Order: sequence, then structure tokens, then C-alpha cells
Amino acid sequence: MEYSEKVVDHYTNPRNVGKIEDASGVGEVGNPVCGDIMKMFIKVENNIITDVKFKTFGCGAAIATSSISTEMIKGKTIEEALALKNTDVVNSLGGLPPVKLHCSVLAEEAIHEAIADYYRKEGKLSEEEIIQKCNLKEHHCEHCE
Amino acid sequence: MDIVYLDNSATTKTDEKVLKAMLPYFSENYGNPSSIYKLGRENRKAVEEARGRVAEALNCEPNEIYFTAGGSESDNTAIRGIAYSYKKKGNHIITSKIEHPAVLETCKQLEKEGFEVSYIEVDEKGFIKLDELEKAIKPTTTLITVMFANNEIGTIQPIKEIGEIAKKHNIIFHTDAVQAVGSVKIDVKELNIDSLSLSGHKFYGPKGIGALYVRKGVQFQKFINGGHQERNKRAGTENVAGIVGLGKAIELAYENLEEHNKKIKELRDYYVEQIVKKVPYIKINGDMEKRLPGNSNISFRFIEGEGLLLNLDLKGICASSGSACTSGSLDPSHVLLAIGLPHEIAHGSLRVSIGKYNTKEEIDYTIENIVEIVNRLREMSPLWEKFIEEGEQ
Repeated sequence: MEYSEKVVDHYTNPRNVGKIEDASGVGEVGNPVCGDIMKMFIKVENNIITDVKFKTFGCGAAIATSSISTEMIKGKTIEEALALKNTDVVNSLGGLPPVKLHCSVLAEEAIHEAIADYYRKEGKLSEEEIIQKCNLKEHHCEHCE
Repeated sequence: MDIVYLDNSATTKTDEKVLKAMLPYFSENYGNPSSIYKLGRENRKAVEEARGRVAEALNCEPNEIYFTAGGSESDNTAIRGIAYSYKKKGNHIITSKIEHPAVLETCKQLEKEGFEVSYIEVDEKGFIKLDELEKAIKPTTTLITVMFANNEIGTIQPIKEIGEIAKKHNIIFHTDAVQAVGSVKIDVKELNIDSLSLSGHKFYGPKGIGALYVRKGVQFQKFINGGHQERNKRAGTENVAGIVGLGKAIELAYENLEEHNKKIKELRDYYVEQIVKKVPYIKINGDMEKRLPGNSNISFRFIEGEGLLLNLDLKGICASSGSACTSGSLDPSHVLLAIGLPHEIAHGSLRVSIGKYNTKEEIDYTIENIVEIVNRLREMSPLWEKFIEEGEQ
């Protein structure tokens, strides 16, 4: 399996690794049985994501997608971050092997979960509105089923 | 450091002496061994000499050795060939849960074709449960196929005991010895082995050449139709250079077996000892006594194997893992699951397999890098964070 230079760069020198102690929102997706967990921490000020950190248990692609997606949402509005698609993550990495595409989906889901957590803490939206706005999905993987 | 090759269970570097023995068969000695003139006759002689060397290493007769294209072909041929030859007697095959895919997939295919297969469990060290094996025997059982030594965790099975059980019940016993040949002394007579697969590139021979031993008197079907090569079992002009290389490689392996094994085992034990000393929260997979000398398999908890392999690769270190990401499926290694590892621990496994060309300097360099990479990946791992904050769940 061949990874692009960009993927190699990101799993070798991942950006924004760590946690935010007073995070506005935290999202965790995946599970250890499948071999991938992504945990995303965001700091939100005036609707802008001012800081992002992540922790990931997973393969090179999982680390690289987490890393680049933190870069892609930092400084963006909540709406812009929610509009980020897994395909955008894949494109910025210069592609991913087909078997690794699910890693980019996890990254997108982790961002959405972190924003949902932020909304919940903020307490302005109902759970239904949050689920709709953040497009939250049940975790599905072929493995766990 | 340039390349540190610690994946000798995957393949080995062809020995210079093996290569040298092979080269003339690509150039001046190009004759077809079936031809009647001198150029052909001499190649026939070379093929038969190599056959003799393989037979000598296994303590069998040269006419009990068939050359194949490798371990997988030998396994397929033996299992299918024997199963079909004894179909009138019965359709039941016994194997283990930790076999190489060449065996497991062949068994699964035979199930589709109407055979019945029992997959025997192994214990937490990877040893087959002999009582279960014997209990699984039915009047219709014609074949037991259990690997000699496991490719992932190095566990060496009680082959002699399995052979005795098979013999007692008048069942044919095949063993996939691809990982063992060249590392373990094998006497097919003493061990009651009726059929055995081996592969040249696992012991410093070339790729694309293997052999199958089938004891005289054991029936097995012809597997490639065509000419009369390999006593009419496998048609096709012989891979003369490969056969010569295999013969040379097996001769070298057994000539220096004890010396190589001593050195390899010392390096392996040193590696394991140092990792145990330097990295907490690991699990050593397999048994430390009845184990291939160069094999080590360690699970590093809270991290995933592919991430570890990729980072080692950047340092020039070649190893392998049983994680799902490297197995090409969604599940981690079937072997690690069969010895009872939970998925998340199986995902973090690293197989380092040491060979005769490795040095202590290389092992030290590898240990140093593993420690650094594991720490880095753990710092990045939410599982590690949870473990530090909340302890064992």
C-alpha cells in the first residue's frame, strides 16, 4: 500500500496533537475493536474555532486524517467546519488508498461530534436540532455488526 | 543505518552462495532436463542432486520429494490431492485455527466441495489442544493437517505427538513446515510425518521454489496436467535454477543449523529482554521455549501496529504486524485472536523475526527506535490517556 507524501508527512509529524483542558467541545468516534479511535478537542470563541487538538489510536491514515482536518478547521466558523466533507480531507492529503477511506469519514464524524458537544454545553439547541445540524450518525462499521 | 531487515519470517535474503550456485543455470546450463543430449542430461543430474539434498535434510527418500513453486502450492497440492485420493474412505479433515491461509483457504474450499473440516482450537501460547484433536477424529477422517511452527507467533507444535495420533488412527498427517524448515531439525520418519510443505525463500533460498514431501505409499492426485515431470504429478519444465538454489539453501541451512540458531536465538532473547525492560504494558505472544529461534511477537498496548510499522519504516526498519490495517481485512490476525487476544491488543502487535545476517548493533538501533515510537504513539493515543487517567477498566 502506497501513501502519498502528504499522508507520510502528517503521520510522521502530526499537527495539533494533544488535548485542550478547557475545551468548548470534545468529540470521540470509532472504537478499539476496529482499531481506530479519534478524539477531537475544539475551543470556540465567537462562533470561531480558535484552537483544535486531537488524539488518535489508529493506523497511519487515521493519524494523518486527524492531523490535517485539525488544520483545515482551525480559524474557521462552526458552519464552515460542519461543511467540511471527508472527501475534502482526502483531497488535501493527495488521496488515500481505498481501504483507508473510512479514516477520513471518522475525521469528519469526530469534528461533528465535537461541535455537537459544544452545542450541548452551550444549551441553546434541542438534541434533535443538534443531531440534524451536526448530521450525527450512529457508529456503523462492518466489523462491529 | 541503511536497512535493518527484521522480517525474516516473511522472506530472507538469498545467500550469496545460493545465488552463485544458481547463476550458471540461467546462462550456459540452459538445457531442458527432459532432453536426451548432454546439455539436458546434466541439468537432470543437477535437479536430482538438489532433490537428494532436500531428502537428506528431511531424512526421506529422494523419490518422496516433489518440487513445486512454493509453500502455498505444496499445501494446496497435499491437502487437495490427499483429500480427493481418499474420498472413498471418508471426507473429514482436521486442521487447526492458526494455520497459514494456504491451508485454511484450501480447507474452506474443500468444505464447499463437500468435505467436512474440523478446526481445532489452540491454547493461549498457540499450542494445539491434543485432546480435542483426538476427540475430533471420526471414522471418516482421512487427513490431519497441522503446521509445524506458526508464522506469526513462532510456536512449534507437538508434531511427533500429532503424528502418533494420526498413525494410531490410520490417518494421513500433513504438516505445513514452511517456517520450520531451515530452523528446526526435522526427521519425517521419527516425527511420523506423511506429508510436508516447504519453501525455499524462508531459508535464504530463492523465491518461487518449494517442495512437497509425500511418503511412499500415500496417494495424492496429480496436480498439474501435462508432461511426465515430477513422477507424473506436476507437469512443466523444471525450474532448474530455482531447484538448484533450493538444494544449496537447504544444505547450507542444516550444515550450520546449531551455529546460526544459537546466534539468532541470543539476539532474539536480547531483543525481548530489552523491550520488556524498557517498555511497560506489553504482552509477549506465544511460548518462549518451544518457539522458532528468530521469532518474536509483542503487543504494545494502546497503539496500533500499522502506525508503528510506518514509523519504523521511516527509520529503515522492516518488521510486520498482525493489525487489521496490515492484514488487509477488518479483523486483526486470526492467529492472535485464536490465542485469545482481545482485538485492541492484537491491533498493537509487532513481529520482529531475526535472521542470520542480523547484528546486535541493528537490534540495539531497533530497540531504541521502538521505545521512542511507542512512547510517541501512546502520547497520541486516547486509549493511553484513558488508561493513565482511569486505570485498567
